[in-house]
This record gives sequence, C-alpha cells and structure tokens, in this order.
Amino acid sequence: MMEFALFLGCQIPARLNQYESSARAVLKRMDVGLVDIREFNCCGYPLRNIEFKVFLLSSARNLALAEARNLNVMTLCKCCYGTLKKADYLLKEHPSLQKEVNKTLEQEGLTYEGKSEVKHLLSVLYRDIGVDKIKEKMVKNYRGLRIATHYGCHALRPSQVVGFDDPVAPTLFDQLVEATGAESIYWPMKLECCGAPLWGINDELSMDLTLKKLTNGKGSGAEYVCAACPYCHIQFDAVQKMMLSQRGLNHPLPSILYPQLLGLSLGIGGEALGLEMNQISISGIENTLYEIVAEVKEEGKKKDDEK
Amino acid sequence: MFLSVSTYIALVIFILALIYRISTWFRYKIGIGSEEISTSTRFIDSLKGILLTFLSPKILTLLKAFILDVLLQFRILREDFLRWLMHITIYGGFMLLLLMHALDRYITVKLFDKYYSTINPFMFLRDLFGIVVIIGIAIAIYRRFILKVPRLRTNSMDLYAILLVVVIMLSGIFLEATKMVAYSDYKRMMDEYSGLSDPQELKSLESYWVKEFGTISPNIKEPFDEKLLAQGKELHQSSCAECHAKPQWAFAGYGMAKVISPIGIGIDKAHLPIALWYIHVIACLVGLAYLPFSKMLHILSSSLNLLVNSAVGKEKMSIANRSTRQALELDACTHCGTCSLRCSVAVAYDEIRNINILPSEKIASIKALASGRRLTPQELRYLLDGVYLCTNCYRCTVVCPVGINLQDLWFNVRERLLQKGYPEFLLLSPLSFYRGLMREETVLRDYQKPLVRAREAIVAQCELMKAKDKALSLTPADKKFQSGLNLSAQAKNFSVCFGCQTCTTVCPIVANYENPQEVLGLLPHQIMHATGLGLRDLAFGSNMLWDCLTCYQCQEQCPQGVSVTDVFYELKNLAVQYVREKTS
Repeated sequence: MMEFALFLGCQIPARLNQYESSARAVLKRMDVGLVDIREFNCCGYPLRNIEFKVFLLSSARNLALAEARNLNVMTLCKCCYGTLKKADYLLKEHPSLQKEVNKTLEQEGLTYEGKSEVKHLLSVLYRDIGVDKIKEKMVKNYRGLRIATHYGCHALRPSQVVGFDDPVAPTLFDQLVEATGAESIYWPMKLECCGAPLWGINDELSMDLTLKKLTNGKGSGAEYVCAACPYCHIQFDAVQKMMLSQRGLNHPLPSILYPQLLGLSLGIGGEALGLEMNQISISGIENTLYEIVAEVKEEGKKKDDEK
Repeated sequence: MFLSVSTYIALVIFILALIYRISTWFRYKIGIGSEEISTSTRFIDSLKGILLTFLSPKILTLLKAFILDVLLQFRILREDFLRWLMHITIYGGFMLLLLMHALDRYITVKLFDKYYSTINPFMFLRDLFGIVVIIGIAIAIYRRFILKVPRLRTNSMDLYAILLVVVIMLSGIFLEATKMVAYSDYKRMMDEYSGLSDPQELKSLESYWVKEFGTISPNIKEPFDEKLLAQGKELHQSSCAECHAKPQWAFAGYGMAKVISPIGIGIDKAHLPIALWYIHVIACLVGLAYLPFSKMLHILSSSLNLLVNSAVGKEKMSIANRSTRQALELDACTHCGTCSLRCSVAVAYDEIRNINILPSEKIASIKALASGRRLTPQELRYLLDGVYLCTNCYRCTVVCPVGINLQDLWFNVRERLLQKGYPEFLLLSPLSFYRGLMREETVLRDYQKPLVRAREAIVAQCELMKAKDKALSLTPADKKFQSGLNLSAQAKNFSVCFGCQTCTTVCPIVANYENPQEVLGLLPHQIMHATGLGLRDLAFGSNMLWDCLTCYQCQEQCPQGVSVTDVFYELKNLAVQYVREKTS
C-alpha cells in the first residue's frame, strides 16, 4: 500500500476541517495510507518574508521528521508544498545551508539528508494513483457542470523548483476535474494568484485581485471555482463572503475543494466531505450528479430506441 | 498551642491572599475593550453567567467536565500517559493524605468510630498515599531532569512546587521512622498508658517492642529470652495492641526505621523526632500560606478554568466575561509546557532567541502586562514579536490540559500591543492572514493603523525615499552601495538583469494600477537595478516590495533567469533586519 506522511500545515486543522476530512475520505477510497506525524511544525511559509533562517529550519525539520520514518510527504496546501519544495531545493543546492540546519536539528536527534520527496494531494492523485484508477472507483458522474480550476501559484512556480506540472500550460488539475465528468472550462486567468498572500497585509489590493479572478471565472461560464489549497479556498470562500458586502458583489462564484468534488462522485456522503462547512454554499452541486450505472442503462436504452 | 496558632496564621494569610488573587481575575485587563469595563461590572456579569449556567442544562456538561477533566484529568491522559500518571499520583495521594491524615481531627475522626493514626487501615493507608505521592515526584523529576521533555522549561515556581512537596513527604516519612526507633517516645507511651511498674514486666514489654516494633532501646539488646518475649507479648496485647498495629504496615516509615536503626539512640537523643515534626508541620503550613502566590494555586484556578471552558464551549462571550476569563486563564496555567511542545512555530525559538515565542513562556510576560507593571519598550517589543510569530493554528488551545483558550489570548494581547504604537514588521507577512479574517471582529477597531505604521517605520529609515525627485549621486559614500546588496545564495543573480521589463509586464500587482509607480514606487525591474546599484533605500522603501504576492510570475518568465521573487524575499528580510538594527 502507498503510504505518505500527511502534512496538514496550520490553516487546515484550524480553519478548514472539511479539507482534511474530505481528503482523508478520498484517499482512503484510493487505498492510500496516511501517517500523522504530530511533531510536524509550520512549513515556514509565513516567515519567508522576514525570517529566512526560520523558514529554512522549519521546513528542514519537517522533512527530517518524515525522513526518519522513511516516508514521503503529502501536503494539502500549495503554499506548504511550494515552501517545503523550495527548502528542499535550497538545502540540496547549498551544502553549507544544509550543514547549518543540521547542526540545529541534531539537538533533537534529527537530520535532513533530502531523502523524502514532497508531493501535493493533486500530484499524488494524478501521478501515483492515476486518472484511470480514480475513474474505476467512481459511482457517480457530474453532468453539465462547469468548473474553473485554480492551480495555485506556489504549486506551479518556480517550475524549476516545484516540478508540479507545465508552468505555462498545465493540465494535471483539469484532467482530474474532467475525470469526474465535470467540464473544466477555459478561462484566461486560470494561472493567476488568488490574492491570499496579501490578505491581512493589503486587503484592498488582495480583494482587487480576487475579484478580478473570480469575475473572470464567472464570465467564462464557470459555476464553481475548484481549489486544492487552504489559502486559495479561504480567499475564495470566507474572503469572497466578506467581499459580498464590502465590494457590493451580487453573485458569488462559490469555491469547492477538489476532494469534495471528487468525493461526491466516489459516493462519499456530503457530511464526511464537510459540504456544509463551506461559507458560500455549494450544496447545489449535488443536483448535477448522476449514478454511473443509471447513465449506462440510459445510454443503452437510447441505443435500443435508435434501433 | 504552636500548632493551632501557626495554623490560624497560615490560614489567615491563605484566605487573604486567595481573596487578593481572585480579585485580580476581575481587575486584570488583557484584551482590547477590557480597559473600558469596570471591575464591578465584570464581577456582576460573571455572577450572572455562573447563575445562568447553573440553571441551564449546561449543569450536566459541568458535571461531566468535573468528573472527567478535573478529577480524572482526561485531558492530560490524552496528551501523555507518563505525565498523567505523575499528576494523578501526586494530586491523588496528596488529597487523600490531606483528608485522612492532615485533617484527621475534622474528617477521619468523625467518619470512623475508632480512629488512631497508628492502627490499620489508617496506618497502612497513610504510608501508601505517601509512597504514591513520592512515585509522582520521582516521575516529575525524571521528566524534567533526566528525560528532558522538549521545551519543558523549569522556572523557580516549578522548582519551589517540587521542593515543597518533597520536603513535606520526606519529613513525614522520616518523622514516622524516627518515632519508631525513638526510645523516649516508647517511654512516654509506656508511662502514660501501660501503668506498669514491675521491672520484670517493664523489661519484658520493652523487649517485645524492641523486637517487634523497631524501638531502639539503650538498655535492651538481642538476643531475647523467649519467656520474656512471651510475657511482653501478653502485656502488649492488654495495654498497647488496641492502638498499635504492627509497624510493618507503615511500610515506608518502617523501612526507613530499619535503615536508621544503627543510629537510633543518637537520633532520639538529638530530639530528631521533634525537629522533624516541626519541619513537617511548618512545611505544610508554609505551603498553605504560600499557595495563593504559587503555582499550586492551579489546584483551584485550573479546575475552575476547566469548568468555565466546558460551559462556554465555542460560544462567544461578552467582553466583560471574556476579560474575566482571560485573567483567570493566566492563573490557570501550570507552566506544563504542553503548548510549547505542540506549537507550530516553536521551532523558531531555535533561531530567534525570544522567549516569548514559546507559548508557555508568553504567559509570564502577559501576566506582567495585565498586572499593569510597566514593561520597558524593549520588553514590549519582544512580547509583541513573540505573540505575532504565531500561525493561529489553535494547536496550543487544543492540547492545553487546563482548557485555556490560548489562541484567543494571543489574539487579544496582540491587538492590544499593536495599538501601543510599536511597529511590528511581522504584520507584513502571511502571518497576518488570520488577522485579516478577523477584521470584522469588534476587537479590531483600528485595523489599518498598525499596518501603515509598519510600512512607515521602514520608509522612515530610507533617506533616499525622502528625496525622490533629486538626482542620485553617482559616487555613493557607502561602499556596499556599489557592490550591490549582500544577498544570500538563493538570490544572487539580480545583476544579470538586462532590463527587458518582462517581470514588470507580467506582475499582477503592477497590472492592478493605472499609474503603478505612484502607488508602488519602484517596479520589479527597477528594484532589480536598484539592488544591483546598491540603492538600498529605494529598494527597501518601495511599496512594490511589500505588496509582492510571491506568485513567482516574474521569476518564471524572466528570460535571464533572475530569481526576481526570491530577490524580493531576500530584500524584505534585509530591510526588516536593517530597520530593526537602526531603531533598536
């Protein structure tokens, strides 16, 4: 059985329990084993602006903890992903940094050697499990559902460091969404930032960017934006909700987390997926779901009729 | 006489100190908003809250919390079995000793027809409880000094608490042991209770006690005559047995008595039992009188806090009640270190030696702040830096064995300190994400000000920013200016920029403004140049730097492979370091 150290980070356990529960439920269906390492700390992302050394040490400590258990790391957050990847890259490129970090880690009996690989939930689903296997497990399909996929900056760039997908024309996420029967729409601002990195620092600017992006998604025909990162999702969900009053927005573009979208088509209950926990309601999405068996039957019927 | 007078003195001190400490729960001001609420309002509101809780179905929740969290301490068990064992043995053993042994005149005597501390089961139980406590202390010492639980720091309060319990327990056991061997104690009892005068009878009883009860007699030594012992036994049965069980039942004291028996006579002559009695009693009374000032207050405050925590749940409290609760929480903290062990950012302490990063240590500083003590600007900045270096992941709150809502405490202290006027540079990092999410909270009355202040504090140190329209001198005085800024390996390649402006063209921030330079100052490619030229002030002072999303569009698309975003990251680090150094 495939096994990963699940790296939840700080945002998900505190503010986005539905991401954790839905990801766990989906991964269980995919027979992926998850190991929880309680000693994991913050990835270091929020400290990169001010305390470079702390960021590096934080990431290295997490990687060393996974390494000590011979596990690869799976993150749900793209900022955690990008940060751990960046630290991994820097430590491998610069032996002097590695030496310095290890000197601190050794006090706890840990060492970073760069043996653990860092993956994101989406890359595990796409590369380690595969779209075909995911499809095999599906019991329901979406029909006529239009989704705007949001890739997330820190997963895509800098591509040399993160190696997630083609940074200019990525398809990984679109394929995963289309596997559920939903349509992944074309939208010009697909690869743009959600605005979350500036939330709390410069809210007006942050909202400008979020609004532009969501308006573009909606204008391109999307019914939902799909995210796989707590920062992006909170920005599209809780912050968009605040924007409804602050910016006089009338029709929000609700955000759904990918494991919620996938979970429904795997037949996992809405409660386990925490659908109700999203601040901008996504309950309507269940109306676009159809049993796969019924569909096949129907198609069969059509063919019979045609005959 | 000594006992009752000193007990009353200790009790009076205890009660007065306790009232004083409880009053701080209504007086200390922590969060924003607390400053405007009077002590009497807080007192009345809390009484109302308590009354309403007792009259509601929540009383069942309280009862459950009392049994599971207060008595059985499930919250500690959930975290760490060894720690639970340590705590339950110390607290359980000590409570039982208090009820059965220390308060025997008021409790045990009333409950049992025939109570003597020297008959069973009391004699056995006293030693059993004592040993249970000692096992707990041994675990405590093992955890702190041998196992060295990570980030468990020992302060004077912790040492005092351990020391006091150790003195009480050991003096008790030694007292018991010395009384067993002391001949004068034997003699006193014999004179008072036996009524014997025949030398033969006296000798036989004494022989029996020397043999069976561990008394060390200056007159009689082994071997004993069988007949003498038989007679002694008979006399014992008629005069002593009613009040004296076999000493082996008091196994701890008896064991110790055997150890010290070779010097038994000396011990008696030196009046050690009396000295130990004084030590034992005084230690207990000092413990009582000092309890409200010490960590041991947690017996009351932590229990209370667990109940409050269970009753409140996730409800929002009024500012008055929240202030009261937070003041109580400061006293409820036992400095157990669980929060620091689980803290998401505690690892930062290995790099930045600011003790206020560790949640368990923040409490002490916050207590000082809440008590109204004047903290130096340096102390305040350290505290603000410490409370701001937090991802608000709630781990501390989830694991706290006494149910302190630590995260909310940090949030409140943070906001209050931010209003004090010190620039907090960590505001300019994604650590502020949570603060943004909380912006609609009533607490955040002055949401923008601290953000503006942090940026202004940086610009204030950038001389060139003040002379924007003037031509720059081509021969800067500072040599560093010529060689470019000293960036680390992750971002050294800014000098290969050939000015194609791709970074600026693809930047979503630049694209957001009609006249970007007006809002942002230098644009990305200009910052690369400024860095190359060593124009520190222009790079540090540009809003562009602080409004960067770190979306990496610029870096990804740079035809020259300049790590634009990483250079930005690095510049932000340097800027804060520079401003901190200049202003500290």
